[in-house]
Amino acid sequence: MVRQMVVESVYCKILNDGGFRSDGRRQYELRDINIDLGQQGSADGSASVSHGLTQVLVSVFGPREAKMRSQTIHDRANINVEVAVAPFSTGERRRRGRGDKRILEFASTIKSTFEPVIQTALYPRSQIDIFVQILQQDGGVLQACINATTLALASAGIPLLDFVCAVTGGVHSTSPLLDLTTLEENDVPHVTVAVMPRTGKVTLVTMETRLHVDRFEDIFRVGCEAGKVIHKEMRAAVKERTRSVGSGGGPDVGDRDVVMEERMEDY
Amino acid sequence: MVDITIRKRPDTEAVITQRKFFKKTARGKVIKVLRERYLRDDVGCGIQGCHACAELGNLPPAGETGHSAFPMGHFLLPDTNVFLSQMDLMESNLFSPPIILLQTVLDEVRHRSLPLYNRLKALTKADDKRIWVFYNEYRSETAIVREEGETPNDRNDRGIRKATTWYQSHIPLAHGRSASSSAMPKVVLLTDDAANRRKAEAEGLAVSSVRRYVEGTKDSNQLLDLLAVVGEDSIEPTRAVAARSALYADYLPTAAVLAGVKSNQLHQGHFNANPYNYLEGSVSVPAFTKPVLLVGRENMNRAVHGDIVAIEVFDESEWKAPADEVVDQETTLKNDDAEDSDEEGEGEEVLEQEKKVIQSEENKRPPSEKQPTGRVVGIIKRNWRAYVCHIDMSSLSNTHSTSLSQQTVFATPVSRLLPRIRLRTRQAPQLVGQKILVTIDRWDNTSRYPEGHFVRALGKAESKEAEQESLLLEFDVPYRPFGKAILDCLPVEGDKWVVPPKSASSSEWRDREDLRQLTICSIDPPGCQDIDDALHAKRLPNGNIEAGVHIADVSHFVLPDNPMDTEAAARGTTVYLVDKRIDMLPSLLGTNLCSLRPYVERLAFSVIWELTPDAEIVNVRFTKSVIASKAAFTYEEAQLRKDDPHMQDEITESLRLLNSLAIKLKAGRMAAGALNLASPEVKIHLDSAESSDPVDVEQKELRETNSLVEEFMLLANISVAKKIQETFPQTAVLRRHLPPPRTNFEKLQDILKKRKGMTLDVSSSGALAASLDKCIDTNEPAFNTLVRIMATRCMLSAEYFCSGSVARDTFGHYGLASPIYTHFTSPIRRYADVLAHRQLAASIAYAPLHPSLHSKSHVERVLDVVNRRHRMAQMASRASVEFYVGLALKARGEREQGLVQEEAFVIRTFRNGLGVFISKLGIEGLVMFKREVKFDPDNYTVTLPFELTGNNDVTIAVFDKVTVNVEIEKDKNTQRGRVKLTLAKPIDSRNM
Repeated sequence: MVRQMVVESVYCKILNDGGFRSDGRRQYELRDINIDLGQQGSADGSASVSHGLTQVLVSVFGPREAKMRSQTIHDRANINVEVAVAPFSTGERRRRGRGDKRILEFASTIKSTFEPVIQTALYPRSQIDIFVQILQQDGGVLQACINATTLALASAGIPLLDFVCAVTGGVHSTSPLLDLTTLEENDVPHVTVAVMPRTGKVTLVTMETRLHVDRFEDIFRVGCEAGKVIHKEMRAAVKERTRSVGSGGGPDVGDRDVVMEERMEDY
Repeated sequence: MVDITIRKRPDTEAVITQRKFFKKTARGKVIKVLRERYLRDDVGCGIQGCHACAELGNLPPAGETGHSAFPMGHFLLPDTNVFLSQMDLMESNLFSPPIILLQTVLDEVRHRSLPLYNRLKALTKADDKRIWVFYNEYRSETAIVREEGETPNDRNDRGIRKATTWYQSHIPLAHGRSASSSAMPKVVLLTDDAANRRKAEAEGLAVSSVRRYVEGTKDSNQLLDLLAVVGEDSIEPTRAVAARSALYADYLPTAAVLAGVKSNQLHQGHFNANPYNYLEGSVSVPAFTKPVLLVGRENMNRAVHGDIVAIEVFDESEWKAPADEVVDQETTLKNDDAEDSDEEGEGEEVLEQEKKVIQSEENKRPPSEKQPTGRVVGIIKRNWRAYVCHIDMSSLSNTHSTSLSQQTVFATPVSRLLPRIRLRTRQAPQLVGQKILVTIDRWDNTSRYPEGHFVRALGKAESKEAEQESLLLEFDVPYRPFGKAILDCLPVEGDKWVVPPKSASSSEWRDREDLRQLTICSIDPPGCQDIDDALHAKRLPNGNIEAGVHIADVSHFVLPDNPMDTEAAARGTTVYLVDKRIDMLPSLLGTNLCSLRPYVERLAFSVIWELTPDAEIVNVRFTKSVIASKAAFTYEEAQLRKDDPHMQDEITESLRLLNSLAIKLKAGRMAAGALNLASPEVKIHLDSAESSDPVDVEQKELRETNSLVEEFMLLANISVAKKIQETFPQTAVLRRHLPPPRTNFEKLQDILKKRKGMTLDVSSSGALAASLDKCIDTNEPAFNTLVRIMATRCMLSAEYFCSGSVARDTFGHYGLASPIYTHFTSPIRRYADVLAHRQLAASIAYAPLHPSLHSKSHVERVLDVVNRRHRMAQMASRASVEFYVGLALKARGEREQGLVQEEAFVIRTFRNGLGVFISKLGIEGLVMFKREVKFDPDNYTVTLPFELTGNNDVTIAVFDKVTVNVEIEKDKNTQRGRVKLTLAKPIDSRNM
């Protein structure tokens, strides 16, 4: 058995002649998205999002008083992002410490993605903590983190200008692909795009591989479109959550969620 | 805009859509891998006009109706083994039923053999085939998971059966009715696995073995021939792979090897691979007159051409004659897989095949030709370096240029002497079609191929720059530009440097003779820039003749032990390629300050003889001098001038004088037994300097003046050799040519005797020269040259040596029949000459000898390098000529729009081909026969039986003159243009 599988992983084709990818999807098909907005411990807001086999859990605390005075900013809230990668999230067990440069960079990417979206000016001298836990990785970790952070912030009732919806796009030969798995990420150049679907603004484009400049526009456009599709899914999840909470099923209800609901109608 | 959707994968289906497995990394770590897959209902069945599937198919709705067993029409659904063993059948254009190719099958073929997979892929795209790839693993009804305790093989078989069942039930839907299935076309499962057939029958499927199926087709007669003979039971297809087994014996420990060599139980020597047969190599060891033959992979035991190996010689009963068949690694190992040979379990078919090849060669040769055989038991020194290679296209698993995935591919070295090298790279698709540099890293005993890594890309194959650089690398020619430290050793005046006016205080003029008034001229090939010799002759009052050879005084500029000297010693020689010269010395010296250009004063080292009119040496003296050449001729100009009776000037007179002496010198040399050897030399005409596109190839013409220069250079070299040997008996730099062992000539003698009834006396160089003169075929003037070329190949090559290192009686130069010889006349382009200059200068007390030239070991070391460089330079220039001949032929083929035909001589016969030599192009090539021919190794003939020729048997023997079609064919895998020869006369062999 082992051999069979190993060989398969080596030979796996990214996009075969029938237009199928290695997991049976076609070019523009995203993986199954699962969103859980249930309460997580004492967090003010939390969301667990999975794209296929990638799963992340984000908990948001705040806005609250900053733990350290030095971190307060007089006219807006400070956003603090911490990322933890579960050692069991990848096939190969590997412990990453907090000081790992890769993880710090990851956190700062998330932070800078959300800085223009969160209305920090409403909460001067306070702090918003975003704790990201990566539970399973199978490609598109950054997109999952961003999507989950958006939802967690929303569930914490922190005012956002818009949803931030992220998706990974790659290109195999000349064909764009969406929502890559690890297998695909290892093989094709890929870009992560985060868009604000209502305004159509892009808050993040990041790429760590080399991509031909002619291909970039294609992927970028498809990525923006895909962001809107993900947005629908996220919005539905938020509405569903609001409904279940509003019907008294959940714990203590805040007014804020209702306000959000209204505001979202015009998206 | 494209339609973007989210595929849903409900948790309830996780059993079938999610998989977990463990894999072991190269380092032995175990990793858990989790995969998901999305099952769908929109995977097309491929039947045209299917009512249930949206996709457009290419399979006719009624299937194939011409088969006797399935009158209602059928579709064929073959399993993996059918493709693995019966690919020829599948590729036949007579075989064209609609085929459903399952993804499971396609993947399995891919695991088993990439080349077969690539053939299959090509097949699915072919116009005359109707093949539909059905992605059964993604269709929700046909996807299956492996059950507990089920082998992958059984799982796949079950998947294939399930897909067959599904198709059978899908066909009525495709036709849009629920008609009774009897009127519907059948889906026939084609498999040679009896167990699988039983199970399928039990499930009520239509099933057939390949043979039974083919018997029922229309063209069964022709198709049955294509069936590969495979016993039904012998196919146990994806057999579980055994643990990595060692393919080669381990090497003995170093201590044991050294002890063995010392006690003469083992022998040590250079491993030489056979370029015609990759399964054979040889090692020349002093203990045997004939080289020791190593037959087969196990016996060669991972030795690579050029390695120094320790071998063990087998019992005399196991001695064998060398093979007489051309065995090409590319064809025998065509279906071998770069990735797969990671785990060598499946290579047994290949080994079987190789064994067959080896065995077929035995028993058929007369015992007289037996050579000792042996096997490699240890490596004393690896001589691995970077090799120029091409990526083997068919070993690529992913050809998309954007792919960043790491793959294992084969790199095929340009040289036929080397095995394919396996390397891992992420940029394989970009490297296809390029020449690349690859080094071998290791060769484990569990791996059939050595493993290497990519060094750098040289550029597009067949582009001149890449080819040129690859040549230089392949022959290890140092071609970097000269560094600053080296250029700093040049005279500070640069190209303004001139010989200073004569004065007692000038260091240049110290102890130099003023020969500026002599009428000296130089004769060189056209376009020569580095003129290192010039000549003069004049009558003396006493009736004798004074003749002088003046050689550029390189040692005046290149002082011992400075960076320029060290670099020149490392380069050893200037390398001449067709369109480029790689200098040994910076060009300021080579083409200007040292070059004996006309009308300017230059420093020289002169050898001046007093000769009688009969060319007897009365005396000789050596002196440093200053000369001013009066003219620089080409051979042709000099010849014309000499032959023109109207020219009576001093230069012409001196040319005539030199010529008359040269004729006598030559006669004297020939009488002493010098050989007049021939080597195929051709000249490439280049279009223009910039494009340097070769236009045509012509054989080099030799004129009287060539011989004139040659005679005086020989005379100078011999005189200098005597002088320096006298003065420095321990360290003189000399050159010798050892007499070839008699056994080298045995084969040629035998061929000559049997084919032409001629004998070759090889007892001495004189006897050989005389008997070569007698090898004349009156009908064929070129025959003599051919024999001379073949005789030359039997000889050893000349070498530099240090006089103190070898016995006095081995100083002789066999080819020139001179007891002593050195190289003195071309110091600009040969380093040995520079050393000879220094020694000669010391022997006439011009300058003290540098201490390094008193040290025997130092001289030996330097000459070792020079010998090697010299050999490599020769090979590089030959290869360069070959490349340009190829280009010229290609251009000619395009110009003449058709076949280039040339006359050629057969020089070797093989079981499956002929070795021919095309004298007009100076190239040697192989004519291969794909079909069976009769081969008579004793009489060196190949007979093409009448079934092939149509009427009578045609026999071709060594020395026969044939006409060949010369084509340049681009090798598909290696991108290497190679000359392809086919016979045109006496018989057209294009389809044999």
